[in-house]
Amino acid sequence: MNINTTKIISLLFFIFSAFYLYTAYQIQVFAFDENAPFNARTFPIYLGYAGLFFSGLKVILPDPNTIKVDHKNLEYKKTGILILIAIIYGATILKVGYFLTTSLFLFASYYFLGERRWILMFLLSFPFVAAFMYLLHGILDIYLRDPFLKSIGVMG
Amino acid sequence: MIEGILIGLTTALTIQNILMVMVGCFFGTIIGMLPGLGPMTAIALMIPITYGFDPATGLILMAGVYYGAVFGGSTSSILLNAPGVPGTVATSFDGYPMAQQGKAGKALAIAAWSSFAGGTLSAIYLLFMAPSLSKVSLSFRSPDYFALMILGLTAIAAFSSKGQFLKAMMMVVLGLMLASVGQDSLSDITRFTFDNMNLTDGISFVLVVMATFAMSEALTIILKRNDPTSAAKQVSLTELGSIKINKEERTKMYKTIPRSSVIGFLIGVLPGAGATIASFLAYGMERNVVSDEEKEKFGKGSVNGLSAPETANNAACSGSFVPMLTLGIPGSGTTAVMLGALLGFGVQPGPRLYMTNPEIFWSIIMSMYIGMVILLILNLPLIPYIARILAVPKNYLIPLILFFSVTGIYVMSFNNFDIYLMIGIAVVATFLRLYDFPMPPLILAFVLGGLMEENLRRSLLLSNGSWEFLWDRTLTACILATTILIVVWHIYKTFKKKI
Repeated sequence: MNINTTKIISLLFFIFSAFYLYTAYQIQVFAFDENAPFNARTFPIYLGYAGLFFSGLKVILPDPNTIKVDHKNLEYKKTGILILIAIIYGATILKVGYFLTTSLFLFASYYFLGERRWILMFLLSFPFVAAFMYLLHGILDIYLRDPFLKSIGVMG
Repeated sequence: MIEGILIGLTTALTIQNILMVMVGCFFGTIIGMLPGLGPMTAIALMIPITYGFDPATGLILMAGVYYGAVFGGSTSSILLNAPGVPGTVATSFDGYPMAQQGKAGKALAIAAWSSFAGGTLSAIYLLFMAPSLSKVSLSFRSPDYFALMILGLTAIAAFSSKGQFLKAMMMVVLGLMLASVGQDSLSDITRFTFDNMNLTDGISFVLVVMATFAMSEALTIILKRNDPTSAAKQVSLTELGSIKINKEERTKMYKTIPRSSVIGFLIGVLPGAGATIASFLAYGMERNVVSDEEKEKFGKGSVNGLSAPETANNAACSGSFVPMLTLGIPGSGTTAVMLGALLGFGVQPGPRLYMTNPEIFWSIIMSMYIGMVILLILNLPLIPYIARILAVPKNYLIPLILFFSVTGIYVMSFNNFDIYLMIGIAVVATFLRLYDFPMPPLILAFVLGGLMEENLRRSLLLSNGSWEFLWDRTLTACILATTILIVVWHIYKTFKKKI
């Protein structure tokens, strides 16, 4: 049996399914429901077994369509930076507010992806977000929480 | 039915809804032209905007995006041999050679007219079939629904990508597992929340769609150093030539369109099949029925060879609405996203939809037709200009996709946890995509998870815990037998390849 990344992913899924199944058995159901034909743990238990079955088959059976990924050609650095910026964006959006964090997120993303046309970067961040906010909040009446704009008196 | 059509027309022909179809078609065409970004991503990105609309308008917008994306995919297939969506791969077989012969405009016109005719005919089939099927589906019971969902999930796994059945089934199970997080719908017992309050209500559908499609596609583009906008830049520079179709070509299309539309519609109705299979089947069938002389032209710029897949893929798009509107079970990943959005609006599609919400049911059907007209009138002459808009570098496109994804979650929950969860799921999905684990089965399973558990619960409780409900009714047994056949066939094929 050839070990490739797909098989390793399938093995990880097998372990995950085993953990899911174990957790499914731990679901506390009401006493009167314990021996019922169907209770809150029935479906998850079936799913756990299904996960074990399919991932087990994938691990055991031969893999005629082996996927080979050339890791040297993958852009891990930029992808990692983008994910990090998105996490920071998620962490600050509630406290700082939609407008400022979103604009800064866009500006920083353009920069880290290699863009250096400053005027275009600015236009596609601050004014763009303002216009989008107007569309959502002003026209479509979708509430957008923004403590920063509230503190400077722009939003009510 | 006349009353229904009038209700649909009244709703669909409001200025707001016509505008939504136009915006949808336009936006869908843009996304569809970008290889890698398909209709599911386009629709997912539209979800935050639809929060402000009523359900009918929201769904009309999404349907417009769907058709636009398929049309946009055809454009890049014909001009660049780079299909934007899998459903337009067969279009490139004859569309691209035609473009190379200096008839790009004609190829686009044939594709547009075939799409229009296919969409129109299938909208008519839908018009007649959906109400009748709704009535029939009222006789469906829980075991039938459960079996039908199993069939749908197995079929989408089987057809999602060649030779990847087990991977797709793993994704189905993962989707169902994600759907099981949160409170049990009947007993309110929390499951798999690990004492985290944020998970009590379960994982939001929008979050999963945004993470597995929009966000992970954006990350995949960066990770693989792809540039989807390069195709659009080339389209904007291509000389189209005349878009006139002569009499001989029209005669050929008159014969191809009706038969391809029937195939496309019927394949679209089948759960899991969709536009890709429909277009390939229509192409294959057309090659078999034409004269030997015409057969020789296939693959070298045949009018029939271009018209057939284009008619079929658009007809399949309409067909895929049938199971969603009449049974409440989506037949494809794209309609699964729409179903999720409808559930978000508080509308439950199913056999009673056309009685309880006739304006939604009929306006979707009528707006499909309006969408076809708009695609024909607006998009065909505007293709080079639309492509020019797309000639923005990916450095701008990717952050904008991420921004739409995060905004979608932010306006829904105002919760940091959801944003982190979305990023986490997107990272896992990106990694899985690298190794060809398909995402549409995961989405379909996630949407159907709750319904599936509910129907299994009812079936098991009614049969006092016995699994005999699976073969007690002929209909249930037939659906299940089809499912077993699909599974056995794929396991056999896997073994056969190795031996």
